[in-house]
Amino acid sequence: MKKLLGILGLLVAVCVITALASDSFLSAYNLENLVRRSALFGILSIGVAFVIITGGIDLSIGSVVCLVGCGLPWLLTVQHWPLPLALLAATATSLVIGLGHGLLITKLRIQPFIVTLCGLLLYRGIARGFTQDQTVGFGSGFKALRGLATGKVAFLPGFDLPVPVLVLAGTAILAALFLNRTIYGRYLLALGSNPQAAAYSGIKTQKMTVLAYVISSGLAGLGGMLFVLDINSAQPVDFGNFYELYAIAAAVLGGCSLRGGEGSILGVLIGATLMQVLRNTITLVTTHNNVEFAIIGAVILLGVVADELTRRFAARRRAAKALQKSS
Amino acid sequence: MTPPLLEARQLVKSFPGVRALKGVNLTLARGEVLAVIGENGAGKSTLMKILAGVQTPDSGQLFIDGKPCVIGSVEDAMEHGIALIHQELNLARTLDVGANIFLGREPSRWGWMDQARIARESALILARVGLNVPPSTPLSALTIGQQQLIEIAKALSIRARVLIMDEPTSSLSVHETEALVRLIKELRSSGVSIVYISHRLGEVEAVADRVEVLRDGENAGTIPRPQIQRDTMVKLMVGRDLSQFYPHQPHPPGAVAMETREIRTALYPKQSVSFNVRAGEIVGLAGLVGAGRTELLEAIFGVVPALSGSVELGSLTLRPQSPVESISAGLALVPEDRKHHGLALEMGVRENLSLANLHRDQRFGFRDGHRENALCETMIAALRIKTPGPSQPVQFLSGGNQQKVVIGKWLATDPRVLLLDEPTRGIDIGAKQEIYRLMEELAARGVAIVFASSEMEEILGMSDRVLVMHEGRITGELPRQLLSEESIMGLATGGGPAPLSSQ
Repeated sequence: MKKLLGILGLLVAVCVITALASDSFLSAYNLENLVRRSALFGILSIGVAFVIITGGIDLSIGSVVCLVGCGLPWLLTVQHWPLPLALLAATATSLVIGLGHGLLITKLRIQPFIVTLCGLLLYRGIARGFTQDQTVGFGSGFKALRGLATGKVAFLPGFDLPVPVLVLAGTAILAALFLNRTIYGRYLLALGSNPQAAAYSGIKTQKMTVLAYVISSGLAGLGGMLFVLDINSAQPVDFGNFYELYAIAAAVLGGCSLRGGEGSILGVLIGATLMQVLRNTITLVTTHNNVEFAIIGAVILLGVVADELTRRFAARRRAAKALQKSS
Repeated sequence: MTPPLLEARQLVKSFPGVRALKGVNLTLARGEVLAVIGENGAGKSTLMKILAGVQTPDSGQLFIDGKPCVIGSVEDAMEHGIALIHQELNLARTLDVGANIFLGREPSRWGWMDQARIARESALILARVGLNVPPSTPLSALTIGQQQLIEIAKALSIRARVLIMDEPTSSLSVHETEALVRLIKELRSSGVSIVYISHRLGEVEAVADRVEVLRDGENAGTIPRPQIQRDTMVKLMVGRDLSQFYPHQPHPPGAVAMETREIRTALYPKQSVSFNVRAGEIVGLAGLVGAGRTELLEAIFGVVPALSGSVELGSLTLRPQSPVESISAGLALVPEDRKHHGLALEMGVRENLSLANLHRDQRFGFRDGHRENALCETMIAALRIKTPGPSQPVQFLSGGNQQKVVIGKWLATDPRVLLLDEPTRGIDIGAKQEIYRLMEELAARGVAIVFASSEMEEILGMSDRVLVMHEGRITGELPRQLLSEESIMGLATGGGPAPLSSQ
């Protein structure tokens, strides 16, 4: 928990600064939008966190978002598939993609970076292929389904809770239980900390690795569906572009080490929220949207450097203490 | 009186959780062969790394030719003519012999490598170390012994005055060892000083002019040439009588607990190994580095699948393919390399202790926190693991306590057969003795133990029976009454009794 205080502090600070600099930040409209986007990105971030915890990386998330996000409306409105079948196909696609990544990484021992980088190119290409680069959407139909992403439930007077927040909450609770309370969660952490020691301890490390990639792609698929339901129009050229980077950055800001073996779901949620607040701040406060990436890059770098420095400081103090005790 | 060539005074060096050197002194004269000996974890390697500039001491002073100096880097050490030959060779496998000798100091003209000069000078140096190959030979064509000579050639090419050799013979054949001893004597007569680290006391008797013994990071004593004998050395190394140090009791052998049949490993696919171990028996597995002991144990445990063969545990027959089955059949392996294979260093003591048992203690996939805590408390108490608490990351524990965590993890699985690979590597004497006592207790309770060790004294002191391996096969089996360094080394090098000890 202590580790989360820093990032939580940063989140609060950015919120306060933005609220002071812009009147519209605290408006119900802006907050609802912000919360909705945070929830959607939160789902992606939880997915990639599982992969990062095992010491891997998933660069294909944005393209999976694109593939599933374009595929669902395409199946429904262009191919006229029945709704349950289309949902099933979209879900299955994302899970099979994760399975494929996992198998390539464990059985053929190809580096996760390469496998998912190829995925990044491949899935967007496929989406652009079958849609022929045409924008897809639900038009005025599928109101009930779209309610999953656009709906609100009454929460506070003057502020309604967007439904994706409920989806995120469910996902986060399941993910946290899985990571912290089941033996498989512990296996994932051990695998990320030291894959060899995990294998020597009788852990089926290959299966656990595959599982992590399935979770990542599966949640990317879920995210992709919610994103397209939310905005109702997806352009295959750039739908979901860079989303993997937002997700990875959120996970790292939230305390997942890219070396593996560390991470908490709560931290990832805070990280994902921080990312979206930052983007919101940039839109509201500056007139130059074009510096968005520069600012986000700088803030992430700052956060990671600060984290590394405190870690070193703590390690040094610990070592000194241990030494005093032993002598 | 001329000052010694190299002198170290009151060197202190600490690592997280352990004081490796607690004020060590060392002197080295010109043309002297000084053997530095001590048990694993005595501080030999740390001392050598400081002399060679790989590490810097926390405090203490170094003198060269009587003048104080600071060796802050490997380059500094080389400038002073000090070269360290690591136990694991540091050569570039894809380059040729000449390129390796001049690696990092390639003679050049305006940035262009001077190949002719490399060839010319390499040939001279190769002749000096007695290696008869052209400098253009690819390194991969050389045996380990020849590669060792390349390391020495490299050191000579920087005109080293002090050559530090860290266990240079741990992977050499008898013939190669003899050649190395001859070379050392030649180098000595040409004025080079040599610091020689070895576990093989027979070899030390053969080459050393003087022996410096380290124990637990301190000087335990110096032995002048006339008194260099095995007994004197061992006594100083362990600091007490051997019979007290190794708590070995003869065990009445029980039923056969494990029988391996025709196990073949990828390292020596043509050799197969069969042996058995009885309940309550401690079997030592001896051999040179590279004899295939680790590979054999890993294959039996199934963590690296064997090419063929089977393991019988009681009524069960396994074709070991994964540790999962082996663990449930009552087999456990404490691996050689605890940092890479034994521990998740960032995780806590509790998480490491329970890792191999989560599967057994689960409730529908959920961890049983109570049992995990109970197991952790039991092991911390039983093995006397010194830790501030159960959630302390194991990277902050001392080597001995880390090793206890690994052993505890495996004891918690309640094994009937315990495989230990170098169980006391890099831990202090106190922790060592505790591990010996633990082995003894487990054997008394009927656990069958197989332990591989490169430490001769440990093999001699703890085994009921010794299996000696050479190039992937078991070359001999020695009952306790026939155990001696000579008999083991003879079998370990694939020949008869070792000829070195009586030189």
